[in-house]
Amino acid sequence: MTSLTWTGPALDRARLRRLLQEYGVYAALAVLFAVAVGLDTNFVEMSNIRVQLYQVAPTLLVALGMALVIGTEGIDLSVGAVIALAASVVPLYLGYGLLPALLVSLLLGAASGAVGGAMVAFARIQPIVATLSLMIGVRGLAELINGNSAKPVTESAILDLGSRSLVGIPEMAWIAAVCALLTGFLVRRTTFGRQLVAIGDNRQASRLSGLPVRRVLVTVYVISGVLSALAGLLIVGHGAEADPANQGLNMELNAITAVVVGGTPLTGGRVRVLGTVAGALFMQLITAVLTQHNVHTSYTQIVEAAIICFAVYASQERGTR
Amino acid sequence: MVQQDLDPRSDSVLEVSGVHKSFAGVHALRDVGFALRPAEVHALIGENGAGKSTLIKVMTGVYRPDRGTVRLDGRDRDFRNPLEAQAAGISTIYQEVNLVPLMSVARNLYLGREPRRFGLVDVGRMNRQATQTLGRYGVDVDVTRPLRTLGLGAQQMVALARAVQVDARVVIMDEPTSSLEPREVETLFSVIRRLKEQGIAVVYVSHRLDELYAICDRVTVMRDGAVVHTGDIADLERLRLISLMLGREMSTVRDKGTTAFDAGGHERRTERPVLSAQNLTVRHRIRDVSLDIHAGEVVGLGGLLGAGRSETAKAIVGALGTESGSVEIEGRPMRRRSPAASIRAGVVMLAEDRKAEGIIPNLSVRENISLAALPRLSRAGLVNRAKQDEVVRFFMERLRIKASGPDQKVSDLSGGNQQKVLLARWMCLNPKVLLLDEPTRGIDVGAKAEVQAIIDELARDGLGVLLISSDLEELIEGSDRVVVLKDGHVVGDLVGQDVSEEGLLDAFATAPAVSPDAPAPDPDADPDAASETASDSAASTSAAPGTPDSPDDPAGTPQAPAQDPAAAPVKENHA
Repeated sequence: MTSLTWTGPALDRARLRRLLQEYGVYAALAVLFAVAVGLDTNFVEMSNIRVQLYQVAPTLLVALGMALVIGTEGIDLSVGAVIALAASVVPLYLGYGLLPALLVSLLLGAASGAVGGAMVAFARIQPIVATLSLMIGVRGLAELINGNSAKPVTESAILDLGSRSLVGIPEMAWIAAVCALLTGFLVRRTTFGRQLVAIGDNRQASRLSGLPVRRVLVTVYVISGVLSALAGLLIVGHGAEADPANQGLNMELNAITAVVVGGTPLTGGRVRVLGTVAGALFMQLITAVLTQHNVHTSYTQIVEAAIICFAVYASQERGTR
Repeated sequence: MVQQDLDPRSDSVLEVSGVHKSFAGVHALRDVGFALRPAEVHALIGENGAGKSTLIKVMTGVYRPDRGTVRLDGRDRDFRNPLEAQAAGISTIYQEVNLVPLMSVARNLYLGREPRRFGLVDVGRMNRQATQTLGRYGVDVDVTRPLRTLGLGAQQMVALARAVQVDARVVIMDEPTSSLEPREVETLFSVIRRLKEQGIAVVYVSHRLDELYAICDRVTVMRDGAVVHTGDIADLERLRLISLMLGREMSTVRDKGTTAFDAGGHERRTERPVLSAQNLTVRHRIRDVSLDIHAGEVVGLGGLLGAGRSETAKAIVGALGTESGSVEIEGRPMRRRSPAASIRAGVVMLAEDRKAEGIIPNLSVRENISLAALPRLSRAGLVNRAKQDEVVRFFMERLRIKASGPDQKVSDLSGGNQQKVLLARWMCLNPKVLLLDEPTRGIDVGAKAEVQAIIDELARDGLGVLLISSDLEELIEGSDRVVVLKDGHVVGDLVGQDVSEEGLLDAFATAPAVSPDAPAPDPDADPDAASETASDSAASTSAAPGTPDSPDDPAGTPQAPAQDPAAAPVKENHA
């Protein structure tokens, strides 16, 4: 848990609400899992679990960066486009080997984040506008680099990244898990992490306390860009193609959903890393369960919408306490 | 609206009597009476929380009084909303212009009342009329331009023209000059005089005493939700006005011992000041403010509301952009000023607004205390928990911060304990200079005494302290010397025996012959009006008795207490 709040003795109802906000997402995940298994015992089979993990890993990576950005009272809409950009350069640089291709992708992700962060921190453009323009521009750039059509990727090195397993768990999932641990550590234990949370909670007070507000903001967007690029690489590895026109579409929305369902308030000042992991898993599983029981996609979307509304409602009540 | 008998005795256009208003059990207005005669400019004055705004809101229909009546033209009125008050002839002009910035000037002027032809807006006629109308207010602009391209002063003038056009009987101006240039203030004044000629009554709210004496006929002073004085402004000396406003009789014997400050005072440690600010100027806020702080002394910064005290502190640490000026710390000039750079140089500021600029509400006491010191408590970017805990524990004990523990959320603490947390945040940086902006405001008596004792102790430990306080007692007993600000200028530097209530009130009341913000006579204004201003301000100057013999006054004349060298020549214009 990355929660720093102190839960003291309070009125029962207020306390119940607190508990719901703090642990609701874990409880919901557990209940959902139990229901899924109850409906169909095949759900716990390793093959199914592996499929779910393959799908959730990129979303989780993006959501981790998103959680940091949202912690500073910002939002990053450019993540899906960054995925496309990272994917688009893979076929171009794979010829030089796996490492150069990875590095170029991640660097481009960082550069995109730096541009977004600079717009927010120095030009003081609202995050939603800054990253919206970036989202449009970066996807255009990706299509320019790669062309409109999907390019197949056949290098085994990168395909391994998307398909190999370690101890029965996909490498992708390991990577996402390690990143989640690092993010949690970053938020809780490092100077940067604490400054990030303080800036999100009260920017003016942080500035007056001499915190490097601009540097922290730019760094946060850079981290989000790098994590998105990493997600893009995994997507290319798993799908064996680079398709800048379609890859990463709606990813920003999935990531925001995971963060919000995980209990991180959009008003900033709090980053719940474990909650974000649970949120991403929850959204993945609910879609999977509904799909596996042949519920039409339209209904699935409506259910997802209802969940998001409820999550936002629950997290809002913090403020009106 | 029930038809009422006209009251023949009433010569007031707007009369408020016996008004009570409370919010959640707290009295904002208690038995307030206020009468506005036709064709008068009536000053409404009081410190923060005196009830001015509430009274205005009652008069303009924003609030409805719990008890009491509002009479317009001798008839009881019960405005249910601002629109009704406006329709009845009460217009209000707020500090911020509330018009539509992207629409044209003419459109704004005629919004909702556009001249029409064949059911369509007659744009030509509207623009012609708008140009004429605004010309009368000294605003000569292309009325087809969007409003936001105008200067703030011109925008305010448009708002004023609009307000008066709606057949206003009463115009209420809430700090209309706070963002105006001197020339624009003079235009505003000539407009106010024209309103007077038309028989319109004006309620003028401002903290700038010079303006009140220059333009107002009568004055109502409020304090703690009640009216404490109403009368002709010419009969009220500045000093008396201020003591009414602050609620202190000038003759009050100083009551030693109600604050926790040691009566002994402190000694300067060195000749060279630890902090020296020169000629700080912030647009519209402060001008040429200079002050020195020596190690081991508490320098008070006094002044009334709006004098520029907080702005001075913020300008020193670089939280507010300055147009000019410099800050030296231990003789070394600071090149780029920013809060972070100031903190590195050892100058820290406890901000006035604890909630907006102080605490990080969702973080714990531990993190709030160590926030500014985080880089010093870290190695390789990782927070050293042991060191952090040690510092936090030390300061929680030393300042006796009452919390369930270092992990308690800071927003759950009382105001006094939050203030101690913020003090700890700065103290753990080992600063050389501490700027304290209202350190004891809004905290309980016990915590107040504790904070005062801490300030004393810090000065004795060799820190240079700047103490801003609206609490005169605190300022007098806590400070070794007091620099007095007025309208953004230094008007006095009180030392030794002069650090007293009389000395301070005298300094507050000084009528600076001319400050750059004060209106200079407009050559275009009609001669009557000009001479009126001149006689007004001359009267007010002579009305202020016993201007302080401030040691730094180069002129040395009691009539020219302002230290602005430019003061003399312009003053002759007035005289």
